[in-house]
Amino acid sequence: MPTGPLVYRQRLLTRITHWVWAVSLFFLMLTGLQIFNAFPSLHIGMESGFDYDNAILQIGARETPDGLRGVTRVLGAEFDTTGILGVSDGEVRAFPAALTIPSKISLATGRVIHFFFAWVLVITLAVWLVASAVNGHLRQLIPTWADLKALPRDIADHARLRFHHGAEYGVLQKLAYASVLFVALPLMILTGLSMSPGFNAAAPWLLDLFGGRQTARTIHFLTMLALLGFFAVHMAMILLAGPLNEMRSILTGWYRTDGDKDARSDD
Amino acid sequence: MPVPMIDRRKLLLGSAALALSGCKVFDSATDRDSALRRLFASHEGLTQTAQRALIGDRLAPEFTEADIRQGQRPNGSVDPSGADYRQMAETGFADYRLTVSGLVDTPLSLSLADLTAMPSRTQITRHDCVEGWSCIAKWQGVPLGTVLTLAKPKLTARYAVFHCYDAIERSLSGEVFYYESIDLLDAYHAQTILAYAMNGAPLPVANGAPLRLRVERQLGYKMAKYVHTIELVDSFAGLGFGKGSYWADRGYEWYAGI
Repeated sequence: MPTGPLVYRQRLLTRITHWVWAVSLFFLMLTGLQIFNAFPSLHIGMESGFDYDNAILQIGARETPDGLRGVTRVLGAEFDTTGILGVSDGEVRAFPAALTIPSKISLATGRVIHFFFAWVLVITLAVWLVASAVNGHLRQLIPTWADLKALPRDIADHARLRFHHGAEYGVLQKLAYASVLFVALPLMILTGLSMSPGFNAAAPWLLDLFGGRQTARTIHFLTMLALLGFFAVHMAMILLAGPLNEMRSILTGWYRTDGDKDARSDD
Repeated sequence: MPVPMIDRRKLLLGSAALALSGCKVFDSATDRDSALRRLFASHEGLTQTAQRALIGDRLAPEFTEADIRQGQRPNGSVDPSGADYRQMAETGFADYRLTVSGLVDTPLSLSLADLTAMPSRTQITRHDCVEGWSCIAKWQGVPLGTVLTLAKPKLTARYAVFHCYDAIERSLSGEVFYYESIDLLDAYHAQTILAYAMNGAPLPVANGAPLRLRVERQLGYKMAKYVHTIELVDSFAGLGFGKGSYWADRGYEWYAGI
């Protein structure tokens, strides 16, 4: 455990936006799964193939001699996913009730909550981006040349579960946060907007960029999975690096750093 | 790692599982009169204002013949069963009349021949269902603006309401016929047409024969099928539950540009 001095690492705006995003992404994901359930397949192209097959993922149900089975087809390979995907609690639905908001089937409610938090996310992201550009926080997230040179060592340290507690983020941390904030979230917002027939009139080039509305929908879903992966690693890192110190940091801003003898030379 | 760490992890995992199964907490948002629902729905005006400011009268993307790779998937009502409609369908809609009424100086009653004799617009567009799927098809019809100009809307008219032949719901209190509405901004948009042909053939019954609306910058449920009357109004009071459309009265957005 670090024994060095406490440093003020996250300013108030960073902490507030962090938690607003956490809550927003929770709702966006679970209402997103509710919306997905209304048409539980993902396609490549401008439209969804009904008379031809351009699906890469389909979740459905099938009547068999053993009863109703949930079937998930990924890139042509079929899996029996009864109990989780396709059929859960004896009900035909792609994602189970425990993973959707609301728990019952209601596309209208899922959409209303999804778009509400989409606005919350977009507005707080914009405020944070402008403020962070001004107050210098953005620079803390972008890896420097020295950071990149330290990357192999940082990877090796993480693999050995040896974590550094510096006043500055480590390079893997910077890369992880930067890819969420500058790649994944903008991609989510742009692919989401690409699904809007109204917004298509404003920016038809976005459709060309993503390869059509249905491909945009597929990218939207896959980016959600990537964000879920980030969340899992984020939680694991907090638990492994000292959850109390990490939580104090994101709640109060104060973070206990390593003592002088084990501080990193590049921090 | 010391033992307490594992306990903490269990605690965290436990609370995560609680949070997930706690999704039922938000089920009250399905109640359209709840405060929670009203809070979440508060974005709808913002969405409409923002989109309108961005798109003005720009066109929805149009596609080429090569992009038409399948038939137009029918959804919702696909075969109205009313006696008046059935009789009309059997005679190829020779007796069909489109009524234009409400806040207009010149109420109209137009036959299918009247409509097809007017200048038409043909467009290959993508139909996006609120469920998430899309389908590309070619639509031909009379610009709604042309018909409205003939009817001369009064200055007080704000919305065009579409009354349809299909009973979307049957209950003890009777049948509910599909109704939908758009404001005059969308009504006069260049791509807003009353379509009577699809993919080079007369509009099939499953897709809304003899006449359906196309509002290309909004979702599929806005594009009323089996239209028999266009009524110009200044408010939605007296129409359904007052939200202006069958699906808006059931919790969906009235402005369906997203």
